[in-house]
Amino acid sequence: MNYKKDFPIFEENKDLVYLDSAATSQKPLSVIENIHNFYKKDNSNINRGIYDLSENATRKYENARKNIGNFINAEEKEIVFTKNTTESINFLANTIKSIIKEGKNEIVLTEMEHHSNLVPWQRFANENNFKLKFIPITADYELDYNEAEKIINEKTALVSLTHVSNVFGTINNINKIINLAKENKALTLIDAAQSIVHINVDVKKINCDFLVFSGHKIFAPLGIGVLYGKKEHLNNCDPFILGGGTINSVSYSDYDLKDSLEKFEAGTQNISGVIALEESINYINKLGLNNIQEYERELLIYALGKLKKINNIIIYNPKIENHSSIISFNLKNIHPHDVASILNDFHIAIRAGHHCCMPLMKKLNISGTCRISFSVYNTKEDIDKLLLGLNKVQEVFR
Amino acid sequence: MDIYTEIILDLYKNPRNKGILENPTHENFKNNPLCGDEIKVQLKVENNIVNEVKFNGNGCAISQASASLLTDKIKNMNTEEIKNLNKDDILEILHIPISPGRLKCALLSLETIKGALKNA
Repeated sequence: MNYKKDFPIFEENKDLVYLDSAATSQKPLSVIENIHNFYKKDNSNINRGIYDLSENATRKYENARKNIGNFINAEEKEIVFTKNTTESINFLANTIKSIIKEGKNEIVLTEMEHHSNLVPWQRFANENNFKLKFIPITADYELDYNEAEKIINEKTALVSLTHVSNVFGTINNINKIINLAKENKALTLIDAAQSIVHINVDVKKINCDFLVFSGHKIFAPLGIGVLYGKKEHLNNCDPFILGGGTINSVSYSDYDLKDSLEKFEAGTQNISGVIALEESINYINKLGLNNIQEYERELLIYALGKLKKINNIIIYNPKIENHSSIISFNLKNIHPHDVASILNDFHIAIRAGHHCCMPLMKKLNISGTCRISFSVYNTKEDIDKLLLGLNKVQEVFR
Repeated sequence: MDIYTEIILDLYKNPRNKGILENPTHENFKNNPLCGDEIKVQLKVENNIVNEVKFNGNGCAISQASASLLTDKIKNMNTEEIKNLNKDDILEILHIPISPGRLKCALLSLETIKGALKNA
């Protein structure tokens, strides 16, 4: 399979080896053309104009909502558009209080959360006098499910965790955690930022209350994100941002909010972003999520096999099972920034640093890791080039 | 790879003035939020002159080399002179081309030292 040809960035940057898709994915031509066409042919504001252009844009926007919902097996009334995963989580941190049952005052996270699924809850806990608890990680870079059973209890208001670790690539057993939460009548939030393009995400099967992801990690443009919420919850949540489009009527002294999802989407939305996100999902469906998964798995096995042969390498989560398309490692006595800096000389783009997981780095007693992540446009040749690059890094520091 | 000169690599492997100072008169701790690097600087200042200085922490080759060279430079310097050191002084002692992305690494030790001497 050669998916690389679908992505124009590799024509413009002939020798680019892009191994940072966990940060943001490259965009296929069909998505780029979709954005171009919207502004060329369809641009207008939605839900307002009584003219064909606006009605057409509104229809496309709502149709996209339906298809984006289908992608995760949600109904269109359960999809709210945001800027990204982070905004979706902040949305919930600012509004979830109204649906938390009385007597519950604990929030359970895990030790492997991105700052985005930590900091908003720290503020929430401080402001509302809630306690934060963390499911620890094991020496195998997995969640400690035995500890989770002790940590989640009848006081738990919300369990919020990542589906796939952005540092280790670990695929968490979210079903197990959600079952524990349900037994204790706690709400559940899944951060699907790193899983959505690699794993089949079905909100009905997962049975979570909320699920969030960003478009830009799944081939869509920057600046469009999704918040999925069960209908009954969204109906009972107050909006986090108010303004145009969210109200039935307004007087100088008061306002009356709409009942529909529109109450959550204040101001002019990223209309082109929503429609392009639908196109990126079309692209994924064309390739087939199962094919993507199989292809990336082959790359993961190949890369892990090669990396393990390097002397003086520490691979965090070196196993293949429960492992998505992310590998973190360090070369002994070489700082990740220096590794990334030298690889850049060979046009190899990797991530180096704490990956927005400072407490996790502290726990591992390191300042950061080198992280590579794959997508469909990567090839075994990319891995071979990485290996040559790493060899060079070790030569420089010998 | 122009930045990984022999001098820089040598300072990374064999840093100067690295360690702990007993009874410092001034100290400061700073981290680089970009990469999580941390540095602690301790100084002994007498009559506005730096008599002793040590740094401790982890970082990339650029930040470690910069800390070694800078701590060497400020020994026996007047604290007012140290407060006036800037980006160009660091680039001069490092003597390598620093990209904007790595500037923070190069300047971390200077910022930490200036912070330590704020009330000196």
